[in-house]
Amino acid sequence: MLFHPTILALYAGSLMVSFLVLYALPPTWQVWRRWDLNSGSEEQLTIERKTYLISTLLAYAFAFELLSLFLYIFTAEQLHTYFVGAMCAAGSLYVNAYGYPTLILRLINFLLVGLWLIVNYVDNRAPDYPLIRKKYLFFLLLAPLILLETALQAGYFLQLKADVITSCCGSLFSTDRTLIPDTPNFLPQFPARVIFYTVMGVTIGWGSYAYRQGRGAVLFSGLSALALLVSVMSIFSFISLYIYELPSHACPFCLLKPEYHYVGYVLYLSLLGGGLTGIGAGILSPFRNITGLAVIIPALQKKLILTALILFVMFAAVVTFQIVRSNLVLS
Amino acid sequence: MGARIERQKNILDYTLAALLRRKRKNAVLVLVYTLIVFLLASVVFFSRSLQREAADLLQGAPEMIVQRQVAGRHELIPLAYLEKIKKIRGVQAARGRLWGYYYDPVVGANYTLLVPESREVAPGTMAVGEGLARLRLSAVGDDIEFRTHDGSLKELKIARIFPAELGLVSSDLVLVAEEDFRGLFGMPRELVTDLAVQVRNPKELPTIAYKIAEALPDTRQILREEILRTYDAVFNWRGGILIAILSGSVLAFILLAWDKASGMSMEERREIGVLKAIGWETADVIQMKCWEGLAISLTAFLPGVLLAYAHVALTSAGLFEPVLKGWAVLYPHFSIKPYLDVSQVAALFFLAVVPYTVATIIPSWRAAIVDPDAVMR
Amino acid sequence: MIRIVEVKKVFNAGKPNEFAAIQGISLNLEDQKATVLKGPSGSGKTTLLSLIGCMARPTGGRIWLQEREITSLPERFLTEIRRKTFGFVFQQPNLIKGLTALENALLPAYPLGEPYGDIKKRGLRLFDLLDIGPKAQSKVEWLSGGEAQRVTIARALINDPAIIIADEPTAHLDTTRSREFMDILGRLKGEGKTLILSSHDPLVFESPVVDRVIQVRDGRIESETE
Ligand SMILES: Nc1ncnc2c1ncn2[C@@H]1O[C@H](COP(=O)(O)OP(=O)(O)OP(=O)(O)O)[C@@H](O)[C@H]1O
Ligand SMILES: [Mg+2]
Repeated sequence: MLFHPTILALYAGSLMVSFLVLYALPPTWQVWRRWDLNSGSEEQLTIERKTYLISTLLAYAFAFELLSLFLYIFTAEQLHTYFVGAMCAAGSLYVNAYGYPTLILRLINFLLVGLWLIVNYVDNRAPDYPLIRKKYLFFLLLAPLILLETALQAGYFLQLKADVITSCCGSLFSTDRTLIPDTPNFLPQFPARVIFYTVMGVTIGWGSYAYRQGRGAVLFSGLSALALLVSVMSIFSFISLYIYELPSHACPFCLLKPEYHYVGYVLYLSLLGGGLTGIGAGILSPFRNITGLAVIIPALQKKLILTALILFVMFAAVVTFQIVRSNLVLS
Repeated sequence: MGARIERQKNILDYTLAALLRRKRKNAVLVLVYTLIVFLLASVVFFSRSLQREAADLLQGAPEMIVQRQVAGRHELIPLAYLEKIKKIRGVQAARGRLWGYYYDPVVGANYTLLVPESREVAPGTMAVGEGLARLRLSAVGDDIEFRTHDGSLKELKIARIFPAELGLVSSDLVLVAEEDFRGLFGMPRELVTDLAVQVRNPKELPTIAYKIAEALPDTRQILREEILRTYDAVFNWRGGILIAILSGSVLAFILLAWDKASGMSMEERREIGVLKAIGWETADVIQMKCWEGLAISLTAFLPGVLLAYAHVALTSAGLFEPVLKGWAVLYPHFSIKPYLDVSQVAALFFLAVVPYTVATIIPSWRAAIVDPDAVMR
Repeated sequence: MIRIVEVKKVFNAGKPNEFAAIQGISLNLEDQKATVLKGPSGSGKTTLLSLIGCMARPTGGRIWLQEREITSLPERFLTEIRRKTFGFVFQQPNLIKGLTALENALLPAYPLGEPYGDIKKRGLRLFDLLDIGPKAQSKVEWLSGGEAQRVTIARALINDPAIIIADEPTAHLDTTRSREFMDILGRLKGEGKTLILSSHDPLVFESPVVDRVIQVRDGRIESETE
């Protein structure tokens, strides 16, 4: 186990988020079981007021998740010096079996909590809260994932052991560990570029159509999810190479370093934001026909699609700029 | 869109006015909060600075050191080993090093004696660290007596004093000529303390270390990377321990914040009642409380961080020096440069601001759900 | 028009201290009329006003505001309707200390998201109409009872509501001030506002401004005079 100020900060963050989620669980359960808008009872009023608490708790949890996602990568980056063969965050996360699962779960949870907030926002706009049971069920299913994330992260940090000289024996070049791969390389270069631009093109094209016509949001949602996935893999397989101008260093995390002008933040924030709003647009479609939501949802969907479009275009533009600017030539 | 921003602006306006009206009440909280941030930030900045300092320092150290071991203990190594090492492919250069410790009974401190690679120190003279000069109250030109291995006395003249900026290790350092070193410790000509090895390609370091271990089975190899890692681990570990100790005070602070937030004065409760009666919605009041928390956090966080920065930069973290540097009597009087980066601020945010925020969410919500018709009774 | 049908309000339902404050009231309140609820202490006037004013939800029965049924709305939407439709004048001024008179009057408009400049202009105009223009920047602690009362009227009017609800508005005023207050109400009625008051004060329910007096007792309507 390593004892590091930023690790402690991450523990603190996870514990806080878990606390928020745990605190929200009993009232959520109560809302889910006992919601009855037609009742003028005091219990119903109490329950209604609890929905404010739950929304507030989850809004904070969402903000903290986003921030700690980046802090997690940062910490992994700082830790790489402790492990023989790890060159950056990519290596430190490989040190044990919990590193990458934690990261992936963090991403998923961030998206899910974001989607919950979108649904919640819509539902709060309709006087009869038509989605209230659905959204609280959604949260009941989501909560264990967030708790699991805390557990996985604790597993990752608790099982970290630095390759350090101990004073008694002066351990030697401790390379008994199998080599830590710098990057998992998923895709061969050339098709990756074609796939990336095709998926981005189709997503943006369909998004513009959906934005103008006010339909096709579900497909856009699927495309956004695909674009998110393909983009992440593309960062691994070629985008990072162009930015580092090194044909062998395909690391998705060094992008966040000052050496590369923090371009990673622009890329990841636009990508995550685009993915979230894009997926969010389609999630709402099934509820379009509910009376109270018939006006609200299409209007919000338009906004979400527009946001997603702007962010995806931004992402693609930054990527293209980096490729054009790069001195690296990939065959 | 515009309306939403205006709404936030109006609510924020009200919040700030309300906070200013209750300056006195929040003063204690902000003060404690600032102190907490200051302590946490000092630890974080300081352990990071030390870590960087050590890294900078080791930049000049050899990539690999070969030591001889006898019965599991560090022994002097024959210079003859150099030949075997130089024959290994990939080794660029290798040389013997002479260094050791000398205990000075006058001040009760250990000096590190080292023979520099370049022959910059003339026999009979030495260059000393600032800490040593300070402790012995000596200046350039003064003589310092050393007791040699056979009990005789040997005087060396201070030819130079290293400036304090050079950092941690040089403080207790004494550079002497090879003759003086051997004379002092009675070390035979054909032996040295250890060997420094330079390789052509750093990637081959582990392989070469392995080959040396095979060729010279009574030696061990220490890589610079490993020393660096150890320093990192030590400094961060100490920082972590300090934060763990401070977490007690953070907890106390959270309880204070919780208590403050839930124990609202009658006056404040009445105000929220009035706001709700005249048309503020629960969400508006929660929003207001949220701004309030943010305002308090910022007023405490920024000064706390700035003070900590000053503490580390100007006084070299005078408050923790003994704990974190942990050197003996001789700890150096040097100034360290704080390194500030986003991750440290984010870490502080999670250590101080997030717990505060979490502690106030629930009381804020409780305050916000008063019945709007309460003021009518 | 407000239609109230068989409205009930039970406090602490299911507990030993259960209390039915409103026990089935049906009533139609026409637009642009002044109605006074009159009755002994504890008869449920305040409770009924809070139900009409969307401050609380009835335990049973239905209330229609124009064509909208508001009984089953969640609090969020009740507030939404309330702050656009109703202006409240309470028994006590309920002003927030430390703020100026004007700021107090502007508070109900803050969450509606209008630019501050616009609200302020409207507030100053109201202060002039109510003859308290010079007091706009005074702290509320320094206001006299009558001035404070007018600030609360300005506050009730800031969002330009169609209906003014006043619960015992003259309880803390002397005769002259009470007369002035009724005059102001008369003017507001003339501008087309609906007024719903509660009071034991003859000065109020005998005032020529009032169209209708409803006698409440033990949570029921006892009698009614036009
Ligand atoms: N929140 C509450 N919980 C329990 N009882 C309540 C509550 N609010 C009001 N009551 C009771 O309901 C009854 C009616 O109260 P209400 O305030 O409506 O009377 P009122 O007619 O306005 O009297 P007054 O003329 O004294 O103002 C009272 O007996 C009161 O004690
Ligand atoms: Mg009353």
